[in-house]
Amino acid sequence: MPKDGIGASTKRREDIRFLTGTGRYTDDINLAKQLHVHFLRADVAHATINGIDTSAADSMPGVARIFTAKDFDGVGGLPCGWQVTDKHGQPMQEPKHPILAEGKIRHVGEIVAAVVADTVEQARDAAEAIELDLTELPAVIDMKKAVADASVKVHDDLTSNLCYDWGFVEENKAAVEDAFAKAAHVTTLELKNNRLVANPMEPRVAVGDFTAHDGMSTLYTTSQNPHVIRLLMGAFVLGIPEHKLRVVAPDVGGGFGTKIFHYAEEAFCTFAAKQLKRPVKWTSTRSEAFMSDAHGRDHVTKIELALDADNNFTAIRTETYANMGAYLSTFAPSVPTWLHGTLMAGNYRTPVIYVNVKAVFTNTVPVDAYRGAGRPEATYQLERLIDQAARELKVSPVDLRRQNFIKPDQFPYATPVAVEYDTGNYDATLDKALDLADAAGFEARAADSKSRGKLRGFGVANYIEACGIAPSNLVGQLGARAGLYESATVRVNATGGIVVMTGSHSHGQGHETTFPQVIADMIGIGADQVEIVHGDTANTPMGMGTYGSRSLAVGGSAMVRAAEKVINKAKKIAAHIMEASDSDIELKDGQFTVAGTDKSLAWGDVTLAAYVPHNYPLEDLEPGLEETAFYDPSNFTYPAGTYICEVEVDPDTGKIDVLNFTAADDFGNVVNPMIVEGQVHGGVGQGIGQAMLENCAYDEDGQLLSASYMDYAMPRAADLPMITVDHSCQTPCTHNPLGVKGCGEAGAIGSPPALVNAVLDALNRNGHDIAHIDMPLTPSRVWQAMNK
Amino acid sequence: MYNFEFVKPSTLDEALAALADEDAQPLSGGQTLIPTMKQRLNQPSKLVSLLGIADLVGISDSGGTLSIKGATNHATVARETASSFPGLSGLVAKIGDPAVRNRGTIGGSIANNDPSACYPAAAMACQATIVTNAREIAADDFFQGMFATALDEGEIVTEVRFPIPVASNYQKFEQPASRFPLTGVFVAKYGDRVGVGVTGASNDGVFRWKEAEEALAANFSADAISNLTVPADDMISDLHGSAEYRAHLVKVMTGRAVAAC
Amino acid sequence: MKISMTVNGKTMSGEAEGRTLLSTFLREELGLTGTHIGCDTSQCGACTVHVDGKQVKSCTMFAAEADGAEVATIEGQANADGTLNKVQQAFQDHHGLQCGFCTPGMVMAAVSLLETNAKPSEAEIREHLQGNICRCTGYHNIVKAIMAASGQEVPAVAAE
Repeated sequence: MPKDGIGASTKRREDIRFLTGTGRYTDDINLAKQLHVHFLRADVAHATINGIDTSAADSMPGVARIFTAKDFDGVGGLPCGWQVTDKHGQPMQEPKHPILAEGKIRHVGEIVAAVVADTVEQARDAAEAIELDLTELPAVIDMKKAVADASVKVHDDLTSNLCYDWGFVEENKAAVEDAFAKAAHVTTLELKNNRLVANPMEPRVAVGDFTAHDGMSTLYTTSQNPHVIRLLMGAFVLGIPEHKLRVVAPDVGGGFGTKIFHYAEEAFCTFAAKQLKRPVKWTSTRSEAFMSDAHGRDHVTKIELALDADNNFTAIRTETYANMGAYLSTFAPSVPTWLHGTLMAGNYRTPVIYVNVKAVFTNTVPVDAYRGAGRPEATYQLERLIDQAARELKVSPVDLRRQNFIKPDQFPYATPVAVEYDTGNYDATLDKALDLADAAGFEARAADSKSRGKLRGFGVANYIEACGIAPSNLVGQLGARAGLYESATVRVNATGGIVVMTGSHSHGQGHETTFPQVIADMIGIGADQVEIVHGDTANTPMGMGTYGSRSLAVGGSAMVRAAEKVINKAKKIAAHIMEASDSDIELKDGQFTVAGTDKSLAWGDVTLAAYVPHNYPLEDLEPGLEETAFYDPSNFTYPAGTYICEVEVDPDTGKIDVLNFTAADDFGNVVNPMIVEGQVHGGVGQGIGQAMLENCAYDEDGQLLSASYMDYAMPRAADLPMITVDHSCQTPCTHNPLGVKGCGEAGAIGSPPALVNAVLDALNRNGHDIAHIDMPLTPSRVWQAMNK
Repeated sequence: MYNFEFVKPSTLDEALAALADEDAQPLSGGQTLIPTMKQRLNQPSKLVSLLGIADLVGISDSGGTLSIKGATNHATVARETASSFPGLSGLVAKIGDPAVRNRGTIGGSIANNDPSACYPAAAMACQATIVTNAREIAADDFFQGMFATALDEGEIVTEVRFPIPVASNYQKFEQPASRFPLTGVFVAKYGDRVGVGVTGASNDGVFRWKEAEEALAANFSADAISNLTVPADDMISDLHGSAEYRAHLVKVMTGRAVAAC
Repeated sequence: MKISMTVNGKTMSGEAEGRTLLSTFLREELGLTGTHIGCDTSQCGACTVHVDGKQVKSCTMFAAEADGAEVATIEGQANADGTLNKVQQAFQDHHGLQCGFCTPGMVMAAVSLLETNAKPSEAEIREHLQGNICRCTGYHNIVKAIMAASGQEVPAVAAE
């Protein structure tokens, strides 16, 4: 293995630019003659727009033009990339999602008008001079009310506020009812998965440009998937063919899902630049981000577990209300359905499961995927429910889980919710986590806490996720209006250096470091010989981008396939030069050898021959050494693991102190352990944030109560402990060439139930009888629960 | 934000003259004012920086009274009062974050009277004297409810004088998002009395919990307040905690401050 | 008005309005885009720089207030020979950054901490970072990097 090959904790090369202030983020891009846009956003949640008077604003200093919805006649709405079919076989209700509000305002923050001016401040000055004539309408905020009462509709042209009513698996419903009828014990929980705001530290930015000499439109944007934006915006919104549209996502300061989606601001800047023949730039403020970035989670669920007399799980039944917000964001309908319902089996053998999801329109910001997307919601319900069942049955929550695990010899395992887990060993991660968390020493630590007047608790949660999203034919059947392959071009230069152009996008994941490790390993050259190019549709093959823990499993696999093609061709060239048979050529440590002889050629000799084809099999092979592969996996990958949280609760204030956090993950093979552990740390940080700090809240009029960091609690350094991470339990994925499963979302999926279980353990073992507290477990909520 | 004229005088007289202009406002550390201006919630015609006035910076300790000039920043106060008035030093060392403490000033904090600012709790508990360019005002008279003070237009806080207590402590229970106090309590013990200043909790802004002051004057221990209750009627109720919760925290934090004295 | 300041040891000047923030001046007038803007309520700390040797949030200070001051930004942190300084190097060695957006502020805050506290404890580091928000790392490796930069023993990077 070369020193920076697979398995090495290679230091990140991209760090140099980030540590010296020479990164190039979208907001660092300023084009000549650039204009700035300020969006006038709705400050009410629901209203009819009777008129927009821009007459006073039009002539204000620096104003180039003010746009309203009427300027977008003939321009498409923002498309939704996933169609869900409801339990009656009908397609979901799909309202138009206009770039600027058309006739009605449907959420606080919706764009009503766009002022383009020489400077941001001039644009903002002019926006204040725009007169809006509005008739305010009652806001639809509470999901159950929105469904029960159709007198106020978010969309007048729809039959109700229900986007879809989905049943999964509908054919199992009767069997589930039967199992509940026969159950020895039924545990029921009602819980909320709190609405979150992703909050990557870099707010969104878009710079639109149009160059008249070639008729090209270019959009620089903070995106996780520039090709997806090019396709959606070009084909469905602006009607620009892809060869006349370039989308660049340069250094991107975090995504966490919320930078997957195609947003109005991107289409606006691209459109306005073409209209005005000058670049148009928008930089979101954090305050704008709270009301314009797609939010995450926001499910209200009733979940029930049936058990037999021996405490075996016999059935699960759920009913979830999932908030869509006012419009369907790009992948919103898939999150509470296919990314959620398919994971309701968790790590357990439950014979029959029925999941019902009602997706609801409300007068709130659209809700879409946020780190984990659907899988955290499924895991949270299940792992909270099992803890509660154990409490009711007076058995150990660890034992109840272990008893119902899918066992190592049962893989591949087909769940009753339509997926097949390829590999796994849930006992192994559970044992590892219990050992690392010193479960055996907990009682002594709890006694010590008690002596100091504190309540100590120990919480366990298992998780499984479907990652590496994923097989195009499968997601197509499930309603995706896109393929979910990934691509790579491996270009070998004449002197042997390699450029990999990948459709994956790195916005913190470290691809520029890890992808070369894989190539280095395959060829036996130094990783520093390999450069990664990503983020620009002009110089990368059509790719689907980075989300769903898919980069290495899908994008890395595409790169492996392309590299295999390159190696095969190089072997043929080497065989020709060394006058041997192709099948006798071996490549090791950057040397081609002929098996059984001492003949050898260096990697660089062969690559040079490819571009200087003097002694070359021109009759059989084209010159050059560059190959492209598109990889479409046959299944999802299924990372899984066990998370343990240990907390202390201050009974006087309800404040939680997270003392220890342990994550034992099975990610299959690992390319760069340092980066994998960093991903888990970050995911756990966000999960702890969801569990005890973060809460995106609206009042009943649809005003956002948590609209800045003054009211939306971000985890800070002092809130989190050091995190113990282990990834030694490895059951490699059976169906991708690297045997990898993906590690980006695990931390955010497994940690919320571990923390909540720990707090409830602390309270219940100290004399309280509390079945559940909804996240976030803020001091005030914990105190209220203790003092009801 | 709206544009304005920036001036940085080097004497108090020049500053006062500059502040005589219509819609002119003093600028101290700006840690509250600038975020407010970014939201266009404030539109001064002119900002008069007080940080260039040498006379407005400094700390002195004479005869049991600690005097802090208005434009002295938090980091300086935290450092220089660590031995002379550790209770105050401890309060100031936890305002905002290190960067905020390098800019924010006592004068700015006191004059703004944010309902969740930390300094007013100490000023009330200690019955500090707020000195302005025009007069001296007792803390009880100075703070007049959320964001309201006795200051007149153009009047500047030049100094705050704290009688140094025998013992004191500040307990801050943080609001989880802003990290301002959801409830903060400053307890100051003097030879003849005890002061309890409460910030963050009340709709009326900073206040003295007088029942606790009396009880603690008679018996300076956490037990002394165990039978007292704080009425929740005037407490703030919001996303981060109910009025009842805040009322409860007042008592808990008071007890902890007493115990830590 | 014309503003002049010494930035990373060099005298630099440019035009500013009264309302021009120091962060805006650095990024747009001087082209020093390493200083980032992550919020508008003075909490995230991505804009942290040093003014006259003190850690401040450049988005919560007017450019005019720094007229004549000594300003240090992330662009001036590397050693004279271009190698990373000890804090920067520790951040790379211990994977203390992912997306890199909060990183300039984190480094500037850490440098400031180590100037006044040569061997901070884990708790002191976490406390010092109260005004610097990171969304990627869970702070684990940032804390570790700062401990390492101060010459304290920390566990090795991930087991290979």
